[in-house]
Amino acid sequence: MAAVLAMVARGCGGVWRRLRQRCAVRPGSGPFPRGERAVACNARGGMMSAGKSGLTPWIPVVGLEIHAQISSNSKLFSGSQVQFAAPPNSLVSFFDASLPGTLPVLNRRCVEAAVMTGLALNCHINKKSLFDRKHYFYADLPAGYQITQQRVPIAVNGSLSYSLCIDNKMSQMVTKTVRIKQIQLEQDSGKSLHDDARSQTLVDLNRAGVGLMELVMEPDMCCGEEAAAAVRELQLILQTLGSSQAVMAEGQLRVDANVSVHHPGEPYGVRTEVKNINSIRFLAKAVDYEIQRQIEELGNGGTISNETRAFDSKLGFMPEPNLPPLILYDAKSLPANMNHQQVINIDWIRERLPDLPSVKREKLVEQYGILPEHSFTLLVWQQDQNCNSRHSNEDGLPEFFENVVKQTQMKPKKVIGWILNDLLSYLKQHSLTVKESPVSSFLLADLLNLLEKKEISSTAAKQVLAELWKGKGKTPLETVKEQKLELLQDQKELEQICQAVIDGQENEVMAIKAGNQKVLNKLIGLVQKKTQGRSNPVLVKQLLEKKLSE
Amino acid sequence: MRVLSLGRWLRAGRVPPREPASRPSGHRHSGHRPQGPPQELPQGPSQKVSVEVLEHLEHLALVDFRDSEGVERLQKAIQFADQLHEVNTDGVEPMDSVLEDRCLYLREDDVTEGNCTKELLENARETVEEYFVAPPGNIPLVKLEGQKTFLQGSK
Repeated sequence: MAAVLAMVARGCGGVWRRLRQRCAVRPGSGPFPRGERAVACNARGGMMSAGKSGLTPWIPVVGLEIHAQISSNSKLFSGSQVQFAAPPNSLVSFFDASLPGTLPVLNRRCVEAAVMTGLALNCHINKKSLFDRKHYFYADLPAGYQITQQRVPIAVNGSLSYSLCIDNKMSQMVTKTVRIKQIQLEQDSGKSLHDDARSQTLVDLNRAGVGLMELVMEPDMCCGEEAAAAVRELQLILQTLGSSQAVMAEGQLRVDANVSVHHPGEPYGVRTEVKNINSIRFLAKAVDYEIQRQIEELGNGGTISNETRAFDSKLGFMPEPNLPPLILYDAKSLPANMNHQQVINIDWIRERLPDLPSVKREKLVEQYGILPEHSFTLLVWQQDQNCNSRHSNEDGLPEFFENVVKQTQMKPKKVIGWILNDLLSYLKQHSLTVKESPVSSFLLADLLNLLEKKEISSTAAKQVLAELWKGKGKTPLETVKEQKLELLQDQKELEQICQAVIDGQENEVMAIKAGNQKVLNKLIGLVQKKTQGRSNPVLVKQLLEKKLSE
Repeated sequence: MRVLSLGRWLRAGRVPPREPASRPSGHRHSGHRPQGPPQELPQGPSQKVSVEVLEHLEHLALVDFRDSEGVERLQKAIQFADQLHEVNTDGVEPMDSVLEDRCLYLREDDVTEGNCTKELLENARETVEEYFVAPPGNIPLVKLEGQKTFLQGSK
């Protein structure tokens, strides 16, 4: 394995060397040791991972097919309800069960969701798109075919931009783009529960007919990390638009990864599909694992086989005869005397698109002068895989931050530290959402004001925050008074303490006078101890320096 | 996938085969639907349907081309359908549906159906706790019979 991971460091910069160091140390067992990436992307974005011989590099290619469940009240072609976890077969209409004599009727909301998504992903929206039937046999597909948009889908040729941190450090972020081949509307199938013991399959059609947007991405990615970052950003965009809640744990966002490897200059290799991925973290691991597996297999002289591809034939498609083409309009082509409920105006939808995450991030950076990576964290934390629930897109960490900024004199650049380091770690520790935080933006602003006015030290502020977190209803000022955390305002008293410390630490004083400035910190620490953290370290340093130079 | 190209044969200047003039009974047809393959088949370049395609079709449609007669029938059916190529469609957009110039009706996103579990399950021969029951997974054709299909046997 280690041989497979050996990298070509020639001219690729620090990324390679650092990775080499990491690879040399193998911390744990298991297929995915922590802190070690199986394969890495170099600065140019291509993947270079040396084979056993160490000579010919492999370039991994990753493409994603994503199915996002449309957030709507009713299904794509019928009026039965869309809901997660309902009694089996209770949300099924006659059409969903494919009973004879039923016909599909298109849900307007689903079309709007697809148009919004297409616009947000810079796609060309096809003013005329067509529906097809894709035939295959499976118990949870009662009609024996799925209505989809294979030939002329609703949106094509878009792009998704996402950010990646180099080397797991937030300080270096790079923007990448993946092309979107098309977005199509299609039906979801029902759910099969396999009962191997009794050799039967139980079928629940509640999900049959729910609207899906299938997003086909071009194979522009090269590793699990890129795939994960792209899906995260897509998830955020879908949640911002409201076109899908995109909660992977509830099957609202399903990702299939197509993976292949090839030598530079040679044609793409055979691709395999990685399916049944139910979290973003697992996506990254599964993709990297498959890349490794293929490299090893080919390195050993084996071949990559693909059994699922038989499915993807050009046969089995026919136009859906029961649905005319879907026609969309824009401001110019708006028909004069049509019932406006029957008309979908692309321009009207475009005007009402909410701010996309990338725009929100830029605005925060511009308005508050915070760093891009902080802006990124503000928006992205909502998708923590551990808290992957419906609440995630209602959480307003950015809003919380903005509220604090409004109510305090402290500069946003300093406030952000308190939000991302202190508040966020508390929230994560206790698995709370921002709304559930016992510390409101008002309280935090109050606390930060005390700090800004130099009435308390920052160490004291952290103590107060810990106390506030217990949610006992006290104000910051009350807590400060209770725990006697106010900064000593009496200059004289402070001077006396400083003098006392100096007098008591002869060796250190000599060292400082000899030129060793670092020892000064020790003296400052001693003063802090004596004052029980109630001294302003900057002031203490000044006083000590003054005294020592006398 | 072209099995026969009648069109080419036609454009060479020959007349395409007509329906047989005589019929077993006095029954009058509309004239549009011949009951069997045309009795005269052109001798133009005939490509047979490849074995790979036939196997793929068997797999997709869960059909067993039982014997050579079945395969032959398929060939003839394809030949018959290929008569469509006789029509010159240069510059004409294919028609998917006679509804192509109709308006696609858009429904409001309201919940109006569902909640009829009992009715739906009445149709099923077997149910388990409000689930439909199906055989485990997709059973490939060959397993159903316990024997090889004709194509597999003829390899």
